[in-house]
Amino acid sequence: MAQTPAVMVARPAARRPHPAAAPPRLAAEALTAWYGESSGVRDVTLPFAPNTVTALIGPSGCGKSTLLRALNRMHELVPGTRVTGRVRLDGHDIYEPGVNAVQVRRRIGMVFQKPTPFPTMTIAENAAAGLKVGRRLPRAEREEVIERALRRAALWDEVKDRLGQPATMLSGGQQQRLCIARTIAPEPEVLLLDEPTASLDPVGTARIEDLVHELKRDFTVVIVTHNMQQAARVSDVTAFLYLGELVEAGPTAQVFTAPTRRETEAYVTGRFG
Amino acid sequence: MTGATYGAAALAVLPLAAILGMLVMKGAGSLDWNFFTRSSVPLGESGGGFAYAIVGTLIIVGLACAIGIPVGVGAGIYLAEFGSGALGWLVRFVADTLNGVPSIVIGIFAWTWIVRPTGKFTAFAGGVALACILVPIVARTTEEMVRLVPNSLREAALALGYPRWRTSLQVVVRTAGSGIVTGCLVATARVAGETAPLLFTALGNQFFSTRLFEPMAALPLQVYVYALGPYDEWHRQAWAGALVLIMMVLILGIAARLVTRTRRVSA
Repeated sequence: MAQTPAVMVARPAARRPHPAAAPPRLAAEALTAWYGESSGVRDVTLPFAPNTVTALIGPSGCGKSTLLRALNRMHELVPGTRVTGRVRLDGHDIYEPGVNAVQVRRRIGMVFQKPTPFPTMTIAENAAAGLKVGRRLPRAEREEVIERALRRAALWDEVKDRLGQPATMLSGGQQQRLCIARTIAPEPEVLLLDEPTASLDPVGTARIEDLVHELKRDFTVVIVTHNMQQAARVSDVTAFLYLGELVEAGPTAQVFTAPTRRETEAYVTGRFG
Repeated sequence: MTGATYGAAALAVLPLAAILGMLVMKGAGSLDWNFFTRSSVPLGESGGGFAYAIVGTLIIVGLACAIGIPVGVGAGIYLAEFGSGALGWLVRFVADTLNGVPSIVIGIFAWTWIVRPTGKFTAFAGGVALACILVPIVARTTEEMVRLVPNSLREAALALGYPRWRTSLQVVVRTAGSGIVTGCLVATARVAGETAPLLFTALGNQFFSTRLFEPMAALPLQVYVYALGPYDEWHRQAWAGALVLIMMVLILGIAARLVTRTRRVSA
C-alpha cells in the first residue's frame, strides 16, 4: 500500500481511514471489452474502493464509457460484443459462467447521460420501478422506500406534493435526479454514472455534483466525465484512459497536480483532448 | 404552389364529403328506432330493421379482434424486439405479402379451410377470415410503434435489473401502448367494412342469430343483398345500412385520434 500516504496528504478532509486500505468493492482485472474484432478498452486493471468516487476521464472515444458498461455487463447487450478478463464484485467475478447478468445489474446500478425516466410512469412509480423487479412490497413500506430514495437523490422537497404526476413533467435536472433515485432505491452496492450531467445546465450540474458527494457515503461511485473540472471536484480517485488503455490512475489531487505520465499531464493541462 | 397543395387537399377531402353527403341524403330518412332494434320483416310489412346485421357485424368483427389483435400485437413485438434474424425477415415478408392479398382471396382461403371441411357457412369462419386481414396490419403498426421507443429506455430498464421480457412488456410496450391501440382501432375499422371475405364464410342470414357456428348477417353483406334487390324499401334500407357502417368506421377513426392525442399530452 505504498500509494496510501499520498492520498492522506492530498485529502486531509477525509476523516475515516482511507478507503484504499479496504479491499476493493469492485475491481477490473485485465479487462478487455471487444466490439467484434476491435477492442474498446484493453487490459484494464483498476480497483474501486468502497465509499470512494472514481472518475474515468479521457478524450472522446478513449473507451471510458465502454469500460463503465463492462463493469455491470451492459456492454454485452450490443450485438457482436464480448468481454475478456474479470470484474470482481466483492471478490466474485461477475463474468463467471452461471452468473446472471440481471442479478449483477441489480447490484451495480447505472445512470445514463440523458435522463431516462419511464414516460408512462408517475414520479413515484419511476422511483419504485427498480423494486418491482423483485418482491412486491406492502403499500406503506413502498411509500417509505420511495420517499427515502427521493430524499437521498435530493429531489423529495421538489416533488413530494406531486408524486402522482408523470415523470416527464420534471425539468431535465430533476429527471436525472429521479433516475438516480430510481437506481439507488433497490440498494445497489455500486453506482455507475455515465456523464450524468452532460445534458444539464450549470445549476442542474451543480446539484448532481453535490449529490455525488452525499452518495459516496452509501455507495461505491464510478463516474465517467469529459469535464476535468468536474472530475477534480467530485472524485477521490481519477483514472485517465487514452486510446482504449488505462494510462494512469491515482488519487485525484495527484493525477491533476503531479501526474506520472506525460500523456496525462498533456490532457489535464488541456494540451489535447 | 401553396394553391396547388390547397387544391390537392380539397380534392382528397372531396370523396369522403361526397360519400357522406349522399349517404345522409339517401339513408338518414330510413334511420329510426326500428332500424336499430328490429330485424327484417316480410315484404309488404313496414318497420323492419337492420338489428340482426348490426349485431352480426359486431360479433364477427369482435371475434376477428379477439383472434387477430393478440396475434398481431405479439408478432409486432417480436419483430421489433427480437426479429433481427432470418425468422424476423421471413415474418415481416409474409406480413407484407398478406397485407397486399386482395380480401376476396382471403375469403376463398377461409372457405377452403374452414367452410368446406365443416360443411357449413359460419360466423366463426367469417371472424377468422377478417382476423387474417387484421393480423398483418396490426403486426406491422405495432412493430413501427415499438421501434419508436428510444433505445435509452430499454437500456435504463435493463440496467435497473429488468429481465429482457420484462423490459419489453413493462417499459417498451407500455410506452408504445397508445400507438398500438391506435393501430388496432384503425385496423378494426378497415376490416369492419370488408364484404368479400364474408360472402364466402358468414354468408349472411335473414334472421337474427348470435350463434357462432351458424350463418350470420353482417352490415356489408346486408347492404350488398338489399342494394341488389328489386324493391325500393330494400334500397332505402341499404342506404341506411351503409350510413350506419360508415358511422361505425368514423367512430373508430375518431377514437384512434383521441388515443393518439392523449399520448401527446402525457409524453
